[in-house]
Amino acid sequence: MSAEERVLTGSHFLLGDHACAEGAMAAGCDVFAGYPITPSTETPERLSRRMPAVGAIFVQMEDELASMSALVGASLAGARAMTATSGPGFSLMMENIGMAAMMEAPCVVVNIQRGAPSTGLPTLVGQSDMMQAKWGSHGDYEIVAYAPSSPQEAFDHVIKAFNTADRWRIPVFVMADELIGHMTERVVIPPADQIPRVERKRPRHKPGDESFLPFLAEDEDLVPPIVHAGEGYRVNYDSLTHDEKGYPATFAEPHDRLVRRLVNKIRLHVDQIIEYDEIFLDDCEIAVIAYGSTARSARRAVNEARKEGIRVGLLRLITVWPFPENKVRELSNQVKAFVVPELNLGQMSRETERFTSLPVVGVNHAGGVMMAPDPILDAIREVNKNA
Amino acid sequence: MRETVVKSHPIDSVFRADRLPHMFCPGCGIGPATHAYAQAILESGIPKDQHACVSGIGCSARVPGYMDVDSYHTTHGRGIPFALAIAVVKPEMEVTVFSGDGDLFGIGGNHFIHAARRNVDINVICINNFNYGMTGGQAGPTTPLGARATTAPYGNTEPPFNLPYLAAACGAVFVARWTALHVRQLKEAILRAMQKKGFTFIEVLSPCPVGFGSPNDIGDAIEEVWLYRERCVVDHNAHLPDVDIDLRRKDAPFVMGNFVDIDKAPFDPLAMMKKKEGE
Repeated sequence: MSAEERVLTGSHFLLGDHACAEGAMAAGCDVFAGYPITPSTETPERLSRRMPAVGAIFVQMEDELASMSALVGASLAGARAMTATSGPGFSLMMENIGMAAMMEAPCVVVNIQRGAPSTGLPTLVGQSDMMQAKWGSHGDYEIVAYAPSSPQEAFDHVIKAFNTADRWRIPVFVMADELIGHMTERVVIPPADQIPRVERKRPRHKPGDESFLPFLAEDEDLVPPIVHAGEGYRVNYDSLTHDEKGYPATFAEPHDRLVRRLVNKIRLHVDQIIEYDEIFLDDCEIAVIAYGSTARSARRAVNEARKEGIRVGLLRLITVWPFPENKVRELSNQVKAFVVPELNLGQMSRETERFTSLPVVGVNHAGGVMMAPDPILDAIREVNKNA
Repeated sequence: MRETVVKSHPIDSVFRADRLPHMFCPGCGIGPATHAYAQAILESGIPKDQHACVSGIGCSARVPGYMDVDSYHTTHGRGIPFALAIAVVKPEMEVTVFSGDGDLFGIGGNHFIHAARRNVDINVICINNFNYGMTGGQAGPTTPLGARATTAPYGNTEPPFNLPYLAAACGAVFVARWTALHVRQLKEAILRAMQKKGFTFIEVLSPCPVGFGSPNDIGDAIEEVWLYRERCVVDHNAHLPDVDIDLRRKDAPFVMGNFVDIDKAPFDPLAMMKKKEGE
């Protein structure tokens, strides 16, 4: 490992957690602030070696509350900032994930999910933080979450996450799981000039311009331009409900206006954000929806079922949030049922049910071991028999 | 009747005048402390654009919103790690955390001790009014043993922190204590803190007539400030384990001073790389 290169262009045999770290390096992450937690620790370990060697800042904080607060501070000082954690740390981060949403501070949180609730299964896989990712902090706000199915995707999704965060001024999550974090596979890292980079929208006003309203979203995308510490704009960033000037405005009307904008900047633009893979969906009568490590087993199960002549397809989620509700509605006109395997007792299956009146068959266990292809295949066969 | 109208004051330039008047109660000590901070910004020689003011939640945490600098009103207790991040990303900036005793030492205590240990290059100004003021006078980590609060109607059952002792023990390079009455000494202490590289801490005793003074028979703000006047002694070389404060006690002075002023390498995440280059 060459410590001086930001982008390790080439083909590597990489651990998923390390791929997350290399994704951050390639994306130009300026600050990592985090707290060690299994099974994500290999990410900060790698970054603690890689970042200082290129002059970037690695800080091990005293806890995850501090990590997330530091992320927001670093972001608003102009840095690309990331942390990595797992369930218990993700819970502690919720407080300041809300602050990131409220202050519109772009940042990236990698969650290598493990068995939960509470301390649960520190070293073993889970996918049960999916609803927490969407709803974990108090209040209405919107985030984007990716779910990598391989170390290659872990690398790719961290880069996407930085770009999506900067584009929409939101916290973005990479909801990996322990199997992906601890899986070693080939990861191809492109040349530095081929790493996509979305820059933050900056103000057209000069510092000192009295007419500048830092939280006024003039564009159709509802995203105001961002100003950073030390640039002379002297903006007030507030966790309180604030008006377009950034001043506290703790009344119903400005509150509704702000919160509506915070959610609408994502809800009205989901078509620019949502990504998924369509595998054998064209002629399918049964649609499997899967993400993360479970999508690998789902793919195997779908292939096996196809060999048996069952017309089944796979909608593999790349963004789990926002959820591809229109795709589910569209498939509802074509298929007879959905099968949703996941390492929890029914989270994204519940979300699927909101957009279809068809049967949604969950294939679930609470975590601790991978989702094998067999129970998914059994569910596909069962649905096929009854359909 | 003659009317005297003061159109402007030199210190206006450091405030967001369009946000005034402020929200603090009559008799609150946050105003004079804020004035001292504002005066220090003016006299620091550091351009206004290079100052950042960060806070958590509470009455004192509303101060950054009135300052015409880059200001950040964050979440309860989390101002210090936020400020740390600004200080490491923009090391040329003068970053000050202005917050209260409950915010910094109750919910945020862990961040305080670690930032002091690391010697992060930030200033922490703590308004200590011995209670949670904004939520209405609850007991907190600085409420004296036996003092009354809305959550300690029989008297507080816990001993309080001695903040200068705590800050010094955690490694702060500058530690001072003044009151809302000692505005000149306080301004000088803040200026000194701004000059220093590393973690500085200034405790400012402040009347909270509504939350603390009234239930503890200290009276209103004038009476509390009178108490400061009568009982404060300045001892820069004070033995810090002995400087705990209980405004109700008649047998002990309130010890003020600039207690610690030392030099240590400030926190630098790239320090070891620089050392390597130098070798």
